[in-house]
Amino acid sequence: MKVVNPLTAIFHPPPTPGVLAVFGQLDAAVDAMPRHELEDALDQPVSPVRMFTLVGGIAGCAVGAWLTLYMSYDWPVVVGGKPVGSIPPYVVIMFEMTILFGALSTILGIAFNALFAARRLGTVAYDARFTNDKFGIFVPSEPARASQVESLLRGAGAEEVRRA
Amino acid sequence: MADTPTSRVTYDVVTRSIARTLGNPGKGYFALLALAVALLAVGIVCLLFLLRYGLGLAGYSHPVYWAVYITCFVFWVGIAHSGTLISAILFLFRSGWRTAVYRTAEAMTVFAVMTAGLFPLIHIGRQWYFYWLIPYPNERGLWPNFKSPLIWDEFAIGTYFTVSTVFLIMGLIPDIAAVRDLATGWRKKLYAITAVGWRGTNEQWRHYTRGYLYLAALATPLVLSVHSVVSWDFAMALVPGWHATLFAPYFVAGAIYSGVAMVITLLVPIRKLFHLEELITVHHFENLAKLCLLTGLIVSMSYCTENFTAWFGGNPHERAAFWYRAFGPFWWASWTMNICNGLLPWLLWSKKVRTSVVALFVVSIFVNVGMWFERFVIIVVSLAGEPFERFANATYNPTWADWGIMAGSFGWFFMWFLLFVKNFPTVSISEVKEVLPPPKRAKAVAT
Repeated sequence: MKVVNPLTAIFHPPPTPGVLAVFGQLDAAVDAMPRHELEDALDQPVSPVRMFTLVGGIAGCAVGAWLTLYMSYDWPVVVGGKPVGSIPPYVVIMFEMTILFGALSTILGIAFNALFAARRLGTVAYDARFTNDKFGIFVPSEPARASQVESLLRGAGAEEVRRA
Repeated sequence: MADTPTSRVTYDVVTRSIARTLGNPGKGYFALLALAVALLAVGIVCLLFLLRYGLGLAGYSHPVYWAVYITCFVFWVGIAHSGTLISAILFLFRSGWRTAVYRTAEAMTVFAVMTAGLFPLIHIGRQWYFYWLIPYPNERGLWPNFKSPLIWDEFAIGTYFTVSTVFLIMGLIPDIAAVRDLATGWRKKLYAITAVGWRGTNEQWRHYTRGYLYLAALATPLVLSVHSVVSWDFAMALVPGWHATLFAPYFVAGAIYSGVAMVITLLVPIRKLFHLEELITVHHFENLAKLCLLTGLIVSMSYCTENFTAWFGGNPHERAAFWYRAFGPFWWASWTMNICNGLLPWLLWSKKVRTSVVALFVVSIFVNVGMWFERFVIIVVSLAGEPFERFANATYNPTWADWGIMAGSFGWFFMWFLLFVKNFPTVSISEVKEVLPPPKRAKAVAT
């Protein structure tokens, strides 16, 4: 059996067949910068990145509590007449660790979902003008139905249509 | 639309104007960079002397053992604050005007924290033992004291630096992709790597915008906490002039005040050097001035409150400390602070001043000077006037090594900042486009 390197799927994903249309107006198409009205129109589920943030934040708080309490009781020294494991000053450390771990895991969530997981599904055709002032729609389709998709996109106002 | 750049600006104009800043910046830019590097060289030479001969070269005199280095530390941490305020808090409040200025503020934050982080290392004297601050047991198995505000500070600053840096990088990714698609040669390769495969697909934006929202939500309490923790370095001590519950909000307001002033100081020459007048308009400066006025008034109120409580509280030591501040040998520092921070911001009530870029630039420099002196007054003057140490000779004068290292810190900060604005988009391309009206077909516009 042929062994497939899992990294190949991420960094060199197979191209998805379909039709790419380039639009000059936003109300005719999708892309270029975040537009929440498009998200609403597509009715997509909320991004799972929030779970990364939540789990990271809780883990950070736990690490902060463990760090301070374990290190205090490992060598118990009374400082300033306060209990060895004194919670109020440790809340500062727990808070900072919550933010730190929450932020780092959010980055991990974005990287995993937006950069890697999305690419594993395959690459859609791209045009360098999309990061400037054009919008694009990519319609995955079998070659047999491509001409039908092309005429549909042209009818919707596409400036340019090409097969990928 | 009040929050957007001028109406002639299109998506293409935005991309190309900002991408142009990565081209040849001209002699003015290189003159500024040379000045920054020269200042840094002065700082390095002074630091080498300090390393060779020890902290005796600093002007420490009993009981003033926290002086210019800690003043600079608090000053630079303060400068770092408005970056995250503008990028995170104003993002959550959906303030559209932030889009043209937040990248500069974020970069300023990261480089200011990098600068601030140098000073505790310089201050400890034996810099090669810096790793003792890391929580690991020493040779006797003893761990750091987590009840100490200095350890809280280490965690707060470390977290702030990390979160500010990832926030800056996250915001940069879509913009790097935009300049990647216009660049040629080695720059195209550099931006292709640093854009980490960004294509701006709807799926990418879906995860990205959600993650950015959570990062902003996490960074918001962090902004408020970091300078509170810095203020507790002082407020937890019993020194008159330091031991006040007012310190946390007072420091946070002061930090944002100085940070906004520094954003104005940086934006004025960048806008001129890179011809960004169409994107960074007078409207943006006016909003920054309003923010400066608000925080300046909070700082003025704090000055009044701490003087009032010193008098009304009936504690003779506290009262003596504040009398010493105003009329003691450091009166010049106190009155510089009061005039620059307490009186000058009142000029910003005038719309004429708020909408004059030159006037704002001048005011912002005075605010920065005033805020440096505020930290000097709080730290040095409070220690010098400490009533329990009256027997001590409290004449403190900063030495050439102190001034040289301080100048070097400005060189270090400006060098990184200038390198950044030359190599990465200084204004957010995608977010400026977001507040522009999107191009629509004539029929759609009519309906």
